[in-house]
Amino acid sequence: MAVSSRRSVATAVARKDLLVEWNSKILMNQVAPFAAIVMVMFAFALDNDGILQRVAPGLVWLATLFSMLVVVQRSFAVETADGALDALRVAGVDPAAIFAGKAVALMVQLLALEAMLVATAVVLYGVEMSLVGLGQVVVTMVAATVGLGAVGTLYGGLAAGVKGRETLLPLLLLPVVAPVLIGATRATEAGFGSGGTDVSEGWPWIILLVVFAVIFSAVGSVAFGPLVDE
Amino acid sequence: METVINLSHVVAVLGGFPALAGIDFSVQRGEIVLLQGPNGAGKTSLLRVCAGLLPIERGSGTVLGIDIATQREDIRSRVGFLGHANGLYLDLTVRQNVNFWAATVGADDAEIASAMSRMKVDGRLADVKASQLSAGQRRRTALASLIVRRAEIWLLDEPHAGLDAAGRDEIDGILRDAVASGATVVLASHESERASGLANRIVTVDGGGAR
Repeated sequence: MAVSSRRSVATAVARKDLLVEWNSKILMNQVAPFAAIVMVMFAFALDNDGILQRVAPGLVWLATLFSMLVVVQRSFAVETADGALDALRVAGVDPAAIFAGKAVALMVQLLALEAMLVATAVVLYGVEMSLVGLGQVVVTMVAATVGLGAVGTLYGGLAAGVKGRETLLPLLLLPVVAPVLIGATRATEAGFGSGGTDVSEGWPWIILLVVFAVIFSAVGSVAFGPLVDE
Repeated sequence: METVINLSHVVAVLGGFPALAGIDFSVQRGEIVLLQGPNGAGKTSLLRVCAGLLPIERGSGTVLGIDIATQREDIRSRVGFLGHANGLYLDLTVRQNVNFWAATVGADDAEIASAMSRMKVDGRLADVKASQLSAGQRRRTALASLIVRRAEIWLLDEPHAGLDAAGRDEIDGILRDAVASGATVVLASHESERASGLANRIVTVDGGGAR
């Protein structure tokens, strides 16, 4: 049997996951409205324009993390519903390619979600930012999303075959992504100019996000196969 | 005739218990071999050893000339194992499912069209989501995926399970076609009467051994 290259298998897996989303519209019809509702609820809870503008970056990333839990659960629910993940492993498909493909599909979905959340913060909380600040927010989103995609796929795979995975995944995942929450929030604060912060203050945090992304991408590529096999 | 599966005194352990207790088992290319025996006899474990999924503790063997003790990953990419689940993505259409499996091995459009036609999941059915298919249609879609993966040995665990009489007849026809096209089939089935009419050879598995 011919064996495709790792890149072409990863592309096939990513394309398949995005097709699943395109066909089911779960992100569009359920996750995005959930994220928007979280942002609105924060606005009701805080009910002060000054505070909202100051804490907007943290709220954007908290809403991203909560929504990511749903997207990761969904990403592996489609794999386990009819034994597809097992079938991939049984067929000898390269686990690093499965990891890369699923992570890329998750990243694409998270990026779309984050763009919507930042736009919601601008409209709902009255956040204002310069063009340079916007550029930094975009870089922050990309760096944070690569890390979240990698760690989300790794822990999603770990929890996929476990009883009670719906409640286990948040317990496993949220502590691990705390550095992303902190780094992305600080970098976004600099981009938004929240509390008088300067754009230049965001770059060290973006470096932290890049380091996190590199580490978990590498760990995920190696560990995903053994974790799924278990 | 070429021997494609050759196991000698194989012992395999599952959950701390010996699932296979020194089994000898061989299959020639182009055969349809039926594994029969009571629940827990070791039929599924034998299929999983042949698929490179279950490691062996003792004994030796080859599948398509590949050592089952040291090269299990290499076996996986050349055989097709279909268990109780079909391994389909329920939100994808039949065509999208088969296309995906084809992409994992670089199969071309002609191979995809041929597999879907052979399994009778082409035409209007091709654009139906897997979640909306009957049990038999899902099974046929899964088998189309095995064909595009160019599996040389089909290892099937209860392929008739959950199907009505017409669906079972279809599966039998598909397996005969597969063998005519050069594949080898090993199936475990509780439907001994039906499957014995299909098989060239019947192997009884009991207590982790074969006779």
